[in-house]
Amino acid sequence: MAGYLATNNLSASFGGGVQAIENITVEIPANKVTAIIGPSGCGKSTFLRCLNRMHELVPGAKASGEVVWDGRNIYASGMDATEVRRGIGMVFQKPNPFPLMSIEDNVSAGLRLASGRIGKAKIAEVVERSLKLAALWDEVKNKLHKPGGSLSGGQQQRLCIARALAVQPDVILMDEPCSALDPASTQKIEDTIDKLKKNYTIVIVTHNMQQAARVSDFTGFMLSKEMGEPGRMIEYGPTNKIFTMPERKETENYITGRFG
Amino acid sequence: MEPKRRGTAAALKGTLISDLKSLVRGIGLQGANPLRRRLGDSIFTALVFLAAFTVIILMAMMVYELVRQSLPSIEQFGLGFLISRNWDPINNIYGGLPYIYGTVVSSLLALLMSVPLSLGIAIFLSQFAPRWLRSPLGILVDLLAAIPSVVYGLWGIFVLAPFLDKTVEPFLIKYLGGIPIFAGPAFGVGLFAASVVLAIMITPTISAISREAMLNVSRDQKEAAQALGATPWETVRMSVLPLARPGIVGAIILGLGRALGETMAVTMLIGNVRQLNTSIFAPAYSIASVIATEFAEVTEGPHMAALIEMALILLFITLLLNLLARLLVQKTGSRAARIKGRS
Repeated sequence: MAGYLATNNLSASFGGGVQAIENITVEIPANKVTAIIGPSGCGKSTFLRCLNRMHELVPGAKASGEVVWDGRNIYASGMDATEVRRGIGMVFQKPNPFPLMSIEDNVSAGLRLASGRIGKAKIAEVVERSLKLAALWDEVKNKLHKPGGSLSGGQQQRLCIARALAVQPDVILMDEPCSALDPASTQKIEDTIDKLKKNYTIVIVTHNMQQAARVSDFTGFMLSKEMGEPGRMIEYGPTNKIFTMPERKETENYITGRFG
Repeated sequence: MEPKRRGTAAALKGTLISDLKSLVRGIGLQGANPLRRRLGDSIFTALVFLAAFTVIILMAMMVYELVRQSLPSIEQFGLGFLISRNWDPINNIYGGLPYIYGTVVSSLLALLMSVPLSLGIAIFLSQFAPRWLRSPLGILVDLLAAIPSVVYGLWGIFVLAPFLDKTVEPFLIKYLGGIPIFAGPAFGVGLFAASVVLAIMITPTISAISREAMLNVSRDQKEAAQALGATPWETVRMSVLPLARPGIVGAIILGLGRALGETMAVTMLIGNVRQLNTSIFAPAYSIASVIATEFAEVTEGPHMAALIEMALILLFITLLLNLLARLLVQKTGSRAARIKGRS
């Protein structure tokens, strides 16, 4: 299955030798939603950013270990990072559409990068399909030429989802996609996630445990023992098991709200 | 803490009724503190107002004086001054076209050469340079701005002009000589040499300000492109350049302003020949150069008035371009700001 991801002893550090995550080995099943939860600073965003080689774009940042996608280690020499990012899309915490680009161009931006010259009809078709998948089409279909920055925060985030979908990735990584949004927009994005998992593998980092419980099939709990210690994957498994009968004491403490 | 706060509150309330009343009440209740604060405030306001007003006065005085002293020339030659190429101090007939031409063309040529170079520098320094190289290289580029223009002029005369004369110009004439602007012969000293030195002189300005504008583009905007699989150059094109555009336009205008007004280096290199020649290699003249070279020999009278009118025209060209650029920046800038404000 193309959307299957597996990490093997994945570690990552920032410049100055600050270790952010250490030895994470998990299997992320295809066409499911996997949530990564844990207190602030536990390295869950770093883990996510290692899955499509975004982490290394921070000056001084390094990753080691393996991430296997579609049977290949994305960190193997000869793997092209831009190709990895095309196949494993990302949605960020703060909505970041290209503010001056039109809504239409925002959605087709990745498409135009990847495949050079494509017909207008093809672009229009992809734009419509992606916006519909992201549940934004009805709100913007009459103003596709307006700049992306003119939308509300929740709409911007769905535009970013549509933009990530347009290049037809196997996997979509979401880094706290709702933390800057109001409850109504959050609801819309969660509905979208639910629809998307039929065709995509989704990994979502969230600090909201209710959200993890609502949207995900699998959950990983990450924790760093102390401030400055690298984060580890404490427990990983089916969401209902993690939330009802976790095996580890730390997981239980976190889920029952004893810390974090 | 409590009484002091009440005093301030009283003073604030007093502001609404009348200044005087509040002062009296302030003194009556809590001693001099609110009074001193108000007094300090008014002194400060007056000082900054004065500072801002000084600029307006200076500008107005300068324009007034230029207009007053060039009035004889303006009255005698009218708009014809702008299109006549006659500059005859013996018969007192004046026209400024060759100077205006030299100033405008040398500055635009300088921009043409400097903008690609400066943007290249800015993109490299802000996006690609490794950290250890970033600040030494940036400082080096900035230092170009610290070289006195007379030094540029000397270097131009002894190094650049002979080089252009012997290598660059013959090459261009040989291969592009069919186009009038590249027609021979090679001169060395001339419009082209002046433009090249101007280009070098304005590069630090344009590159430094563009670099700042590019550094201000946030990481999430770049990541938006990178996460779609954009290569480094595609990231620059997709997210850095569009958002830095207002800053880049501003940088170019500042550079242009500097080129238009540059006197010393241009006077030393442009050749100071009053002619209109389609070839960019030919010697020419500029507004700043004619003022600098002729001013010493002029006494009162029509010649002086004509020179001062040249100065007025230079000021006018600079102001006009500045205004134009400002409108341009405002248009693109306000659009970006409006959109940023929403998110």
